[in-house]
Amino acid sequence: MFDKVLIANRGEIALRVLRACKDLGIKTVAIHSSADKDLMHVRLADESVCIGPPNPTESYMNIPAIISAMEVTNSDAVHPGYGFLSENADFAEQVERSGFSFIGPSAETIRLMGDKVSAIKIMREAGVPTVPGSDGPVSDHPEHSMKLAQEIGYPVIIKATAGGGGRGMRVVHNESELISTIQLTQTEATNFFGSGVVYLEKFLETPRHVEIQVIGDGLGNAINLGDRDCSLQRRHQKVLEEAPAPGISSKSREMIAETCIRACKSMKYRGAGTLEFLYQDERFYFIEMNTRVQVEHPVTEMVSNFDIVKEQIKIASGNQLSISQEDVVIEGHAFECRINAENSETFLPSPGEIKRFHPPGGLGIRVDSHVYSGYKVPPFYDSLIAKLISYGNSREEALIKMKNALDEILIDGISTNIPLHQELVKDSEFQKGCVTIHYLEQKLKM
Amino acid sequence: MDIRKVKKLIELLEASDVAEIEIKEGDEAVRISRAAVSNSPGIQSAIAPVQQDVKLDEPRTSEPSQKQTAGHPIKSPMVGTFYRAPSPSSAPFIEVGAKVKAGDVICIVEAMKMMNQIEADKSGTIDSILAEDGEPVEFDQTLMTIV
Repeated sequence: MFDKVLIANRGEIALRVLRACKDLGIKTVAIHSSADKDLMHVRLADESVCIGPPNPTESYMNIPAIISAMEVTNSDAVHPGYGFLSENADFAEQVERSGFSFIGPSAETIRLMGDKVSAIKIMREAGVPTVPGSDGPVSDHPEHSMKLAQEIGYPVIIKATAGGGGRGMRVVHNESELISTIQLTQTEATNFFGSGVVYLEKFLETPRHVEIQVIGDGLGNAINLGDRDCSLQRRHQKVLEEAPAPGISSKSREMIAETCIRACKSMKYRGAGTLEFLYQDERFYFIEMNTRVQVEHPVTEMVSNFDIVKEQIKIASGNQLSISQEDVVIEGHAFECRINAENSETFLPSPGEIKRFHPPGGLGIRVDSHVYSGYKVPPFYDSLIAKLISYGNSREEALIKMKNALDEILIDGISTNIPLHQELVKDSEFQKGCVTIHYLEQKLKM
Repeated sequence: MDIRKVKKLIELLEASDVAEIEIKEGDEAVRISRAAVSNSPGIQSAIAPVQQDVKLDEPRTSEPSQKQTAGHPIKSPMVGTFYRAPSPSSAPFIEVGAKVKAGDVICIVEAMKMMNQIEADKSGTIDSILAEDGEPVEFDQTLMTIV
């Protein structure tokens, strides 16, 4: 087991990692930017090192500074959290080359999964269902594209390989528009992204976002810890998540989990990971894999009663998986509200001093947060200040507990999106369950 | 020497007017000093391995705390290890009282096996040296002051 772990992150996830290290008796080093001296985990860590100015590029994403901090503190390993360098293959490689351990997959795995096209290819070869499409750039021959679109079924979407964030994509509903749309998207892509390469995929109109949590030990063993539904999103950012995903037959669940595990075992996947899918008409479509711990991991921990972060650390230090698939029991239901320092209606960020913070409590309530009364939320980083998690024996019970916890929680001095969450838990469609990824934005427009 | 003893000593010190305590137990020694009034940068170590001084604040200088904030501070631009000389066998770049011009190399901060030369950004006289040779330093930690 590691003697000392350096936490290369900030905010709530750094505190989460610190707690896991303390559970395991591991010494902690908190690196931080000059704006983050008063973070809760910095105060609680055994050692702290200021590694740079507030700008993340010069601090939390500054590879030489982080490795230098590991050297001067004699750390054994680094936990990258999520975001920042957690999926940076170069960082993982440099950490290992400098003689330290990176708590996560190998640099090679990170690289493979980080390239969307190669990830899809690998998953398909492992039997994981993917979105039907051109599997590469669209053919130069229009007849081939017409035939493919006919086979897949309209609507289809034309996407620029170099695009992203909703740009460089066009939906085609009719065969008559297909060729002209391909040409238009190619021109657009060349102008916007410098590359006119486009591919074609089935367009899912009413998908849900369902993801599977996996853990592998790098020695060929892998387990799944069930699924999550993260369909409530705004601008591709998750707002409210739950586990398990409602309204999916156990047969479907088992089948998809099995393919995920098969893929992980064949890759000898090491560490925690999440396979993200679009789910529509009772079918799963793989979109990408995240090779790190996710923000919403607590809902899985609540229903599986299993500590994902501790397991990450144990695996990285050379242990086998501490449980087998038979040991995994998913019980009850959990929700997580991402509480952000932002205005509930305009979504404008709201940094500043939290004059008063009072967390809710009671059976089935968990708060993962680094804030405290008097804490100043800095303007330099993302606005997530707390994750409020509820657990109940049923989805209804967990939702009621969440509603009550949202009424109880107090964050005074800055604006937060608590009012939005209070609306969401009362929303009749959300209460029924199974809303799509477009639901929240549609609701906000009205 | 176990950590609880050290923590008790720290509490004792904080509750009193005493500025510094040193305790020796056989081969083990612990020295604890009161933190400077100004915000103390420097790597905060609650515990250090046995047989080393426990540093809770920036390294002690014989000057009273006001002098530490006088003069223009030279801050470390990175996290690494502070060295006063270009090599273990060489003489230090400067001593207290030395006159320097802007651009003169005054010390080294080593990070990831690279020796980074730190230059004076102002001309003047070295007033105080606030980091110890071979000691780890943080980003923005004051290394020396120039008047």
